[in-house]
Amino acid sequence: MRTLTYAQAIREAHAQLLALDARVFVIGQGLWSPWYAGSSLEGLDREFGCARLVDTPVSENAVTGMAVGAALAGLRPIVFHPRMDFMLLAMDPVVNQAANWSYLFGSDNSVPLVIRAVINRGGEQGAQHSQALHAMFMHVPGLKVVMPSTPADAKGLLMAAMADPGPVLYIDDRWLYAETGEVPDEPFTVAIGEGAVRRRGSDVTLIGISWMASECLRAAEILEREGIDAEVIDLRSLKPWDKEIVAASVSRTGRAVVADGAWRTAGASAEIAAELSERCFADLVAPVVRITLPDAPAPASRAEEQAYYPGAEQIAAAARGLLERNVKRAAA
Amino acid sequence: MTSETAWLVDRWQTMTLIRRVEERIAEMVESGEVRCPCHLYIGQEAVAAGVCAALTTADTVWGGHRSHGHYLAKGGSLTGLFAEVLLKATGCAGGRGGSMHLAAPAVGVPGTVPIVAGTVSLATGAAFAYKLRSEDTVAVAFLGDGALEEGQVHESMNLAALYRLPLLLICENNLYASHLHWSERRVADNLFRAGEFHSVPGERVDGNDVIAVHASAQAAVERARSGEGPTLIECRTFRWRGHVGASFDLDVGVERRGELAEWLPRDPLRRLTDQLIERGVANLAQLEQAIDARIRSAVEEARAAPEPAAQQEALCAH
Repeated sequence: MRTLTYAQAIREAHAQLLALDARVFVIGQGLWSPWYAGSSLEGLDREFGCARLVDTPVSENAVTGMAVGAALAGLRPIVFHPRMDFMLLAMDPVVNQAANWSYLFGSDNSVPLVIRAVINRGGEQGAQHSQALHAMFMHVPGLKVVMPSTPADAKGLLMAAMADPGPVLYIDDRWLYAETGEVPDEPFTVAIGEGAVRRRGSDVTLIGISWMASECLRAAEILEREGIDAEVIDLRSLKPWDKEIVAASVSRTGRAVVADGAWRTAGASAEIAAELSERCFADLVAPVVRITLPDAPAPASRAEEQAYYPGAEQIAAAARGLLERNVKRAAA
Repeated sequence: MTSETAWLVDRWQTMTLIRRVEERIAEMVESGEVRCPCHLYIGQEAVAAGVCAALTTADTVWGGHRSHGHYLAKGGSLTGLFAEVLLKATGCAGGRGGSMHLAAPAVGVPGTVPIVAGTVSLATGAAFAYKLRSEDTVAVAFLGDGALEEGQVHESMNLAALYRLPLLLICENNLYASHLHWSERRVADNLFRAGEFHSVPGERVDGNDVIAVHASAQAAVERARSGEGPTLIECRTFRWRGHVGASFDLDVGVERRGELAEWLPRDPLRRLTDQLIERGVANLAQLEQAIDARIRSAVEEARAAPEPAAQQEALCAH
């Protein structure tokens, strides 16, 4: 199988979706600009025409509403937000309209919409170009939320989002764009709601979201050198999320670290920890711990960014702490 | 009877249906039988009746919280409306929305929602779809005067003008946004000019004159179908009842007694009735009885319908 970058995989999914279905179109800011979307949309306007790759004025609210209306009128839109922060201007069409529509007006009137949002943190971009807001959208009934971490999932989950009859928020992370991996040539889908075990282990389960899933894999390598055998789960979908695969793993290892590159309070990691305490209480030998951003806006300076964003070292330290806690208890 | 008179009788029937339905719902609100918030359309019937007469079944209308009239004028089911305001399983939205969430997709009412201006961008997107598929279809956004104070309407007008979308923006200026008179919200009385900056032509019409409303909508529909883009029409009208519920809002600190006295004689339905009598139409009383009979039977059918299944599982399946 050939190898693609994460960004190339996203582009290939778009190209195949546009080629396969005349109802598919992409609308949003920066589609004709190479820097907004990295290489993830490069050249699609020339290949499929500007009528189906609609680079719009900066009107996030109405453009997203247009995508909802076009979906209701039979098209299959992908509405693009090159910075997730900008999407806050489009909360009404996403939350009030797209998410509620099929509940209110019946499943014959669902909104087959892909909302693509890019997290573009780091690079001294500061508090309003860096935010990872997935937990806000996880909260809303009627929305699905996916966050791929590998090139294959970047393609397969975008195609699954398009195949879904309802609105799906697809969040990709610029920090992953250069990651490489094998990606099937042909169109394929990765089931929404299924997590993936990336590494088998028996001592502790590391559960990662998006870019933090790759940090979990690096943490597992660090831990391996210390004789700690970590299992790594890439959540891939946040809503619905794969409670079975996570609970089965944690019941076996008895320990869990949840790693999410977003805020701590009421974050995705809090939801996972709460569910684990309900499902796995009897099997847990230590509390579930979370590795997250601090509850603070994203800083701009490089020095502060380094203090702000956790990574493999922090995840490994948390896992180590869970095992040490056990040793202490046994000794006592 | 001339074809023009027949057309007017047809519009009279639509307006009478809306008026009588709204009066019936007002009674049901007062008696406590209808509990969901209802925003009545009495006084504005000529707008829905005039605009929808310029549309085909395939054309879509997108409304807001005060949309009983739009739904009925476009041909939505009468029983479906009563069942919805009674939150019955047979309601036009399955009893999941109530008065503010009406839908009749088969006749071009995809859904109405009570977020002010919420459907304006949706209508714009539907118009985009019609244009991309080279269809002859038009989307109509009904909005109130308050909606023009929302940013998304201006964003939508710019986008619709830029892409020359087949869109009508029908602004029903009933002078009030909830309890606030226009003069408490704006410096100038100039809503029909709101599209100028976006190159959306605007027009002001007497919203209580069904013939004028229809003529204006017809011209805008022709513009839209011929690829010339969107039009904004400000229909001057007045809602008789309060913002929500059956009252006239005279008892909640909103001073509109003077305006009511001024507007009640401009009753759009009375005006059309007088025109028809002048034209020698003699059977209006029978037609009204037939409408009342339809309403009675729709109310009975809606009352007898089951409530939605009150199960969590059913709530989560969507």
